[in-house]
Amino acid sequence: MPGFDFSNYNRNAALHARGVPLPKATSTGTTIVGCIFEGGVVIAADTRATSGPIVADKNCEKLHYISPNIWCAGAGTAADTEFTTALISSQLELHSLSTGRKPRVVTCMTMLKQHLFRYQGHIGAYLVVAGVDPTGTHLFTVHAHGSTDKLPYVTMGSGSLAAMSVFETQWKPQLTQDEAVALCSEAIQSGIFNDLGSGSNVDVAIITDKKTTLKRNYIKPNERVPKLKSYIFKRGTTAVLNEKIIRKEDLGNFVSVHELAVEETGDKMEVDA
Amino acid sequence: MDHRPQAWGRPRDDVYGAYDYSYLQSGGPKQMTQSPVVTGTSVIGIKFKDGVILAADNLASYGSLARFTDVKRLRVFLGTSVVGFGGDVSDMQYLDRHLNELAIDESYEGGGAQEEHGEKGKLNAANLHTYLHKLMYRRRNDFDPLWNQVLVAGLDAAGKPHLSSVDLRGTAFTSPSLATGFGAALAQPIMRKYAATEEDAARLTRDQAVKVVQDCMKVLYYRDARSLDKYSIAVVTKDGVELKEDEQLEKQSWAFAEQIRGYGTQTV
Amino acid sequence: MAMFSQNPLMNGPNYSFSDAPKTSAPEGSREHRFDPYTDNGGSTLAIAGADFAIMAGDTRLTSGYSINSRHHPKVFKIGGTTADQHDATIVLSVVGFAADGEALKERLDSICKMYRYRHGKPMSVKACAQRLSTILYQKRFFPYYAYAILGGLDEAGKGAVYSYDPVGSYEREQCRAGGAAASLIMPFLDNQVNFKNQYVPGSGEGHALQERERRPLSRNEVEILVKDAFDGAVERHIEVGDGLQMMVITSNGVEEILLPLKKD
Repeated sequence: MPGFDFSNYNRNAALHARGVPLPKATSTGTTIVGCIFEGGVVIAADTRATSGPIVADKNCEKLHYISPNIWCAGAGTAADTEFTTALISSQLELHSLSTGRKPRVVTCMTMLKQHLFRYQGHIGAYLVVAGVDPTGTHLFTVHAHGSTDKLPYVTMGSGSLAAMSVFETQWKPQLTQDEAVALCSEAIQSGIFNDLGSGSNVDVAIITDKKTTLKRNYIKPNERVPKLKSYIFKRGTTAVLNEKIIRKEDLGNFVSVHELAVEETGDKMEVDA
Repeated sequence: MDHRPQAWGRPRDDVYGAYDYSYLQSGGPKQMTQSPVVTGTSVIGIKFKDGVILAADNLASYGSLARFTDVKRLRVFLGTSVVGFGGDVSDMQYLDRHLNELAIDESYEGGGAQEEHGEKGKLNAANLHTYLHKLMYRRRNDFDPLWNQVLVAGLDAAGKPHLSSVDLRGTAFTSPSLATGFGAALAQPIMRKYAATEEDAARLTRDQAVKVVQDCMKVLYYRDARSLDKYSIAVVTKDGVELKEDEQLEKQSWAFAEQIRGYGTQTV
Repeated sequence: MAMFSQNPLMNGPNYSFSDAPKTSAPEGSREHRFDPYTDNGGSTLAIAGADFAIMAGDTRLTSGYSINSRHHPKVFKIGGTTADQHDATIVLSVVGFAADGEALKERLDSICKMYRYRHGKPMSVKACAQRLSTILYQKRFFPYYAYAILGGLDEAGKGAVYSYDPVGSYEREQCRAGGAAASLIMPFLDNQVNFKNQYVPGSGEGHALQERERRPLSRNEVEILVKDAFDGAVERHIEVGDGLQMMVITSNGVEEILLPLKKD
């Protein structure tokens, strides 16, 4: 059976009832944005991942590959954005192979919304979908419950209001590529500095009908300050309470070791025809 | 299914027994504000070279209903300070009445001192902020909070611009720019670009600061569903308070909406 | 199938009803009740030296995911003769719920001022520390939600740091971190101030190892530890940042230092 495994549901509900807390998922507290310009679309994201008030990852990637011409920025539960985009990316590639056409952004958006609607918001993925296909340039947002939006500029995540304040004061129709990149990165920085859920660096992806350019760490406004003191300990500072050395020849007592002869016959597994 | 709307959404009597309405009666000795009813949305404020600007729209909402559309939420204190109220409107009116009484008492008692020391004999904005802070904190300790977040604008004892905030729990703080409610998320990022530090704020001219505040009010009207495009703006300097209570948001841009087709696959 | 029956008793998951997840608030409580507390984030830190004490705190004030103020001090001079506290000898840091912290500070300050007025001399840190404990315990059943640390110089001129829980339990310590990033900073302090888990290399085997001998740190060393501790906390805790406020208490008085921290 494809899909999720619910076999622990009853056990977990009973444990929860007895006061066992639910496991905490890493969330990408996040500011993500997207903006259409003349000839393409830009999406951008910050790079902070949080677990409660703790920074889980200072430089994570929130721009996900869907197909060469379609990219996705993800907010919400980190695992959900990761797996949902990977799943749809895979399905879209198979679809593209079977139809012999380039994947379309509306197809991607529709697959995402149908997948997320099916799970009634339990998959916490909030996405900005952007791309250029034979029908033109597209920019969508997809919410965890399956609703979508189609707008010339969009923001999502906990920093969405901070980022939107930038778009609402500075956006204009018919932006150039450089203007759109500057606007998106300023919107992300607005999130980084005003929203505690967002932080660290700015990632940008520019998609045009010719090519996609991913600018990882396009702006790094939060470099770590170097420590004033070295915290290297002298060798032997840590107490060794127990020591046991296993030599390679004795390794067989603990695990089974088989030396494999390297065959040079050339009948390696066929990976691709 | 039970067709009486009164029964909708209630636990079924045949399964759970008769519904216990007792909680609806006010059994306790005294009922106090447990949640706001008629509310005002954001108040925003920013310091500049010679003073402070405060703004708030003229709407009082009743839940999602835009109930009163000409409510003045900026109140002048002693002609030298301005208080901007967010949150419950009835609590705002109580505070306003209280502050007016205070202002009258001060004018009587402090009269002699005023003559001697000029304006310095009066309660300044910093004093007013301390007063409101103590008042709000006392009310939270009594579990009878005034459901507001207020901004206080004016000058301190040294004649420097003063801008501060107090909320329903008595938390008080200051910053070169401040905003309550939705404004904290939408307007603060804009204002912080122009007045990130006290030094930045001290370089802003009055016209620049007014422009920033107008931009913020526009963004708030675009994105805060409980807001209005009619607003009040107060400029406080050493020369006193200039309060305009019937401003209209200008140069709104909704043209992009014409180009939008649907929310997904629609093209016409 | 039970799943689609109209009987609620047959629909639930198969554990007993006494174990059912509690979805609603406890009986009798109203849906919308006023919660008098919030957490305003931030972190504090205090280290005592041989003839000085350093109290430090970041200056960010938060509520939820937003920054209320980038400059809201958490460290205060206490018990000076005037409002500007120029002759104060004791320093208090508070973190937790800012309004309670402020109220606590003002209570203690006015008590110290009264003591000074009545006795003609400033209160000793030891006496002030005991009094602070009493103030906190007086509100045992509606506590000040504040983690306080008190610092100064004791009667012998040695650095003294007293740390408190919100209801008044207190202890004199060499160092203490409080607030949001306390769990991040405290292990660092244990290791770098009290040399915990540090042994003299080659001095023995296993448990027989000799512990690294504790020595009083110089003011400069402590300042570096404080700065590094906060630079580390800023990296990994979202509620810590914007500015670092340090108060250095010596026999010459209290010196205040303000340094920038990351603002993201």
